[in-house]
Amino acid sequence: MAVDLHKFANPARFLRITSAIFPWAAIVTVLLLAVGLYLALFASPEDYQQGATVRIMFVHVPAAWMAMSIYVMMAISSATGLIWKHPVADLSAKAAAPIGACFTFLALVTGSLWGQPMWGTFWVWDARLTSMLILFFLYLGYMAIWGSFDDQSKAGKAAAILVLIGAINVPIIKFSVDWWNTLHQPASVATMDGPKIHSSILTPLLVMGLAYTSLFLTIFIIRVKAEILGRRLRILRLAHVED
Amino acid sequence: MNKFTNLIIRDIRLAVRQGSAFTMTLSFFVVAVTLYPLGVGPELNILARIGPGVLWVGALLSCLLTLDRIFQADFEDGSLDQLMLGSLPIELMTLAKIIAHWLTSVVPLILITPILAVSLNMPADGIWVMMLALLVGSPVLSLIGAVGAGLTVGMRRGGVLLSLLVLPLYIPVLIFGVAAVEAAIAVLPMGPHILLLAGLSLGALVICPIAAAAALRLAVE
Repeated sequence: MAVDLHKFANPARFLRITSAIFPWAAIVTVLLLAVGLYLALFASPEDYQQGATVRIMFVHVPAAWMAMSIYVMMAISSATGLIWKHPVADLSAKAAAPIGACFTFLALVTGSLWGQPMWGTFWVWDARLTSMLILFFLYLGYMAIWGSFDDQSKAGKAAAILVLIGAINVPIIKFSVDWWNTLHQPASVATMDGPKIHSSILTPLLVMGLAYTSLFLTIFIIRVKAEILGRRLRILRLAHVED
Repeated sequence: MNKFTNLIIRDIRLAVRQGSAFTMTLSFFVVAVTLYPLGVGPELNILARIGPGVLWVGALLSCLLTLDRIFQADFEDGSLDQLMLGSLPIELMTLAKIIAHWLTSVVPLILITPILAVSLNMPADGIWVMMLALLVGSPVLSLIGAVGAGLTVGMRRGGVLLSLLVLPLYIPVLIFGVAAVEAAIAVLPMGPHILLLAGLSLGALVICPIAAAAALRLAVE
């Protein structure tokens, strides 16, 4: 691998780089969210069947994308932490988890708000809804295990084992739940023949996807910084007690 | 290999001599399944419809109750450290304990299933497949459960956390297990479901002992 991972393992260097990225990430988030929400909620055409309800999709679909990609990112980060004993990797997985849980929750809530007028019910035991709900439980379990260890480095390793087992299981759960029941429409953006939806809807969707990604990056930087500084603070306090 | 079987025999002997272990899990299973007819009403056609699901969920929960037994007692009295220092690789040691757990806590549930299935008005074809599906799929419960048990060993209030960690991962087994029985009752081919269950079991057999061993190393660190 050309990139030397250990270069970024140094928390001080990590803090320097992320502090430089942070203001840009924040600005990009605000701009993309503003443009994306305008395109999604005002400029995009109403659906001939769904009316204005279709606009919930612009909030819902990117949230579901984020929910899944953040879990993958946590799994990669945890594997890095386990294999190379990378000190920032565990913290980054920890910092990402609550954000991922929030996106999952957002996808579930907006999905059920869309389901009420469309399917006539807030909740159906449809395959995708169910697998999102299970993903939400996986996030909760991950956060719970961080909370139940006193020793942070032990908690990091235990959580890493859990998230890796979960990552192997997520495709199996997805597949089994799909088999079990399907009411949700099949994938229409990332298909082999290119997107199947019209560009008037695709553009706002992609802008919102980018906005969510950069929103994640912004919050993520704040959280990782807080984790690193919190760890330093604990060490300083300990030194103070010893004096 | 000798050490491996000796460890299995030791764990089974401990569970048998403790006595209450078998009866407790079995009673829980029976009581939990009995609650369903009381909850949804005694109509036989409804019971026949929900039977496979009730039995599988009951088996899942009964298995969950006994998971902490895999490592907890040995961790508390120090025998776990002794076993981990021994010449048997920790992965194999975990596998032996998992096999012992499956034999003592899950197999009794499979044996009593036909009686409960009859009480839930399940047709005879369904009962055989129910037992087959449990036999093929239930090792996953012990295997994944051991990872959860390893992660929560030595933790106060580990039991609640254990269920949060483990139950979502049990879902594929539940789905395919119920699907196999329902297919058999509807006289549809049930082979694919059984094969999928077997696949899950074999996959878990490879991954879970390694993960559980990593969790144990962390616990005794």
